[in-house]
Amino acid sequence: MPLFHDDDQAMLADTATSFMAEEGNIAKHLRHWRDRDCKDGFGHGLWKQMAEMGFTGMLVSEDDGGLGMGHVEAGIVLEQIGRNLTPSPFLTSSVLAATALNHASSDLKGRYLPGLVEGDSVFAVAIDETAKHRPDRITCKAEKSGNGFKLNGAKSFVIHGASADMLVVAARTSGADDDEDGITLFAVPKDASGMSHDAVRLVDSAMATHTRFDGVELDGDAVIGEVDGGRAILNAMLNAGRIGAAAEGVGVASGAMDMTIDYIKQRKQFGRLIGEFQALQHRAAHLYSEVEIARAATIKAQQLLDGGSERAELMISVAKAKVAKAAGLAVKEGVQMHGGIGMTDEYDIGLYMKRDRALAEFLGDAYFHANRVAQLSGY
Amino acid sequence: MSDLEQFRSETRSWLEANCPPEMREPVRDDDDTYWGGRNATFKNDAQKAWFEACRDKGYTVPSWPKEYGGAGLAPAEAKVLREEMSRINARPPLSSFGIWMLGPALLQFGTEGQKQRFLNEIARGEIRWCQGYSEPGSGSDLVSMQTFGEDKGDHWVVNGQKIWTSYANHADWIFCLVRTNKEDKYHGITFMLFDMTSEGVSTKPILLISGNSPFCETFMDDVKVPKSYGEDVPGYVGTINRGWDVAKYLLGHEREMISGMGGGDRTAAIGAAMQRQAGKTGDELDPLLRADLAMFDVDALAFTAMSEKFMDEMKAGKGHPAQPNMMKYVGTELNKRRHELMMSTGGTQALEWESETTGGGKPSRNWLRTKANSIEGGTSEVMLNVISKRILELPGA
Repeated sequence: MPLFHDDDQAMLADTATSFMAEEGNIAKHLRHWRDRDCKDGFGHGLWKQMAEMGFTGMLVSEDDGGLGMGHVEAGIVLEQIGRNLTPSPFLTSSVLAATALNHASSDLKGRYLPGLVEGDSVFAVAIDETAKHRPDRITCKAEKSGNGFKLNGAKSFVIHGASADMLVVAARTSGADDDEDGITLFAVPKDASGMSHDAVRLVDSAMATHTRFDGVELDGDAVIGEVDGGRAILNAMLNAGRIGAAAEGVGVASGAMDMTIDYIKQRKQFGRLIGEFQALQHRAAHLYSEVEIARAATIKAQQLLDGGSERAELMISVAKAKVAKAAGLAVKEGVQMHGGIGMTDEYDIGLYMKRDRALAEFLGDAYFHANRVAQLSGY
Repeated sequence: MSDLEQFRSETRSWLEANCPPEMREPVRDDDDTYWGGRNATFKNDAQKAWFEACRDKGYTVPSWPKEYGGAGLAPAEAKVLREEMSRINARPPLSSFGIWMLGPALLQFGTEGQKQRFLNEIARGEIRWCQGYSEPGSGSDLVSMQTFGEDKGDHWVVNGQKIWTSYANHADWIFCLVRTNKEDKYHGITFMLFDMTSEGVSTKPILLISGNSPFCETFMDDVKVPKSYGEDVPGYVGTINRGWDVAKYLLGHEREMISGMGGGDRTAAIGAAMQRQAGKTGDELDPLLRADLAMFDVDALAFTAMSEKFMDEMKAGKGHPAQPNMMKYVGTELNKRRHELMMSTGGTQALEWESETTGGGKPSRNWLRTKANSIEGGTSEVMLNVISKRILELPGA
């Protein structure tokens, strides 16, 4: 398979590009909701529109009402979300939660997937427990209780945790905190009794929660997949979420880069366009190279994941790390090359810097994934 | 089974039958690479057998047309062959500037007669070519070159000096940029072809910081270059005074080739190999060195994907025409970083310049050699200029 979009994918990219630029742009969404102190952090109207476009169910099979597409296609939409800094539950609901639910019983699928695909419900995922992404260690406990489970513990960095209808929660049903086995995934209604959500606004204006579970009672049928068999599903979610975040990061990086290149072609100092200065040209050219490579790593990882390759995990971590580095460079160079106005809230470049920071942290930063590349390579 | 799968399985069996085990080992010494030419000798029977099998099959230049000594493979087939060769670690059967540089130029600009003669000679490893571009006063600013060919009717008389001519002392023929009009900088250069044994040609190897001499100075003192070597075989490529078009085309090719040196699916990541190497000398990787290796592996594996994407896009006629400059820039910078890390992992052992353990100072000599990667074929700074100008369209670049 060549490493570029085929005709159908190119058509989808055209659609997603104009849709997000028109309907999901910074003025209409990120600034709009932020300036109104919206506690959801995104617009439900846009989520419904995205459902009408077919985006919400891209990774859901056709049998379950979705489009049965792959991660290359989801990545196409995510890149445009990144480029427009569009706040939406796409990554948490349509990528992470949808991947989990694809492993669920037909009963659970029937209960939750239609709402997700229709854009009527929003899903959050509760995986992280500490300030850094450490999915190998899960201490949040679900103990057998009657026909169901009792959930105790805490999760943090739950994006859209307070506005979601449902949370997919990774909990420990057996074994020690660091055990590979003994993980079970649960579909938990947000307002289940015993659950509390401490919602905080993040640097990128997204809303996240610290969520506590104090003896939350769950039916046995809240289990996604098998009891104690959640690790494989969690890994599938992480693969999907990480490569999705990488694709979104490519959008953030190229959005910031394009805006900056445009700016240095217009801004005059010392009687000439600052883009004429070689000091800036070489840095811009280096940035371009890094962003192109990050994009290549991302599409390679998407294709490997869609093809079920055993090399997918390695390449996903390569892509996530590379994108974090490239996008980090794009936003830092972006602010610097914009000069003073790059520091103002009025200009969008700073918004890219904020989003990049949060996105890089999501499901593992560059350090986490470079370390993982080393581990997967055997050192 | 699709045609391509059929081709893959045939290729796999052919390689199994024809690629000797010795030719599936990494290239270690200079004579592990077979360059062909009038005076070539084989290091061993395996090298000879592998070369001859490929030559007879057209696999020294798989994608060249059959009538010119190639196998006429379609891009997708050529990719399969590359993948299958890389799967078993097969060495290239024949390396040469004829394959990498002159061949592509002739395929693009040559006459039928030139293709019939020179391409076949290259494909069969009969003639070894070298490239005469740079001059002492013309490095990055190549077009300022001064070597002059005086028009004498049916031939030119060429005088001047070239520098950085790779392996000129081993080459049979040279493709050489010669000024034929002093009034017009860009439209006054002719891309000439001549025999290195011509009277007046002499070479002098240049000793590099690596202690090796892969490059020469090449002197031309009243060298007679015929305008024709026979019917439809001109002594120059393209049009007289329009050799710069050919040179520019070839520089693009050279950049692709050099950029490829940083890629390669099997050699891209080095961390695991470095840990094994450290283990051999009883060392462990320092945690910060391990971190640098991991960051390098991220960049190297990402660049491998970029190389694949770049090749796929080239074949499909997509991608920006100036993209080879980006590939060259990143590929060479990566390769330099790779060797810095290999030196750091090797520690004091890697410092040994003349010892058996290091095969005569391989680590340090190779490390020093890579410093030229970002200079030859266009410096990194020139590559960044080209990206700024042609891809980003920055003003006044």
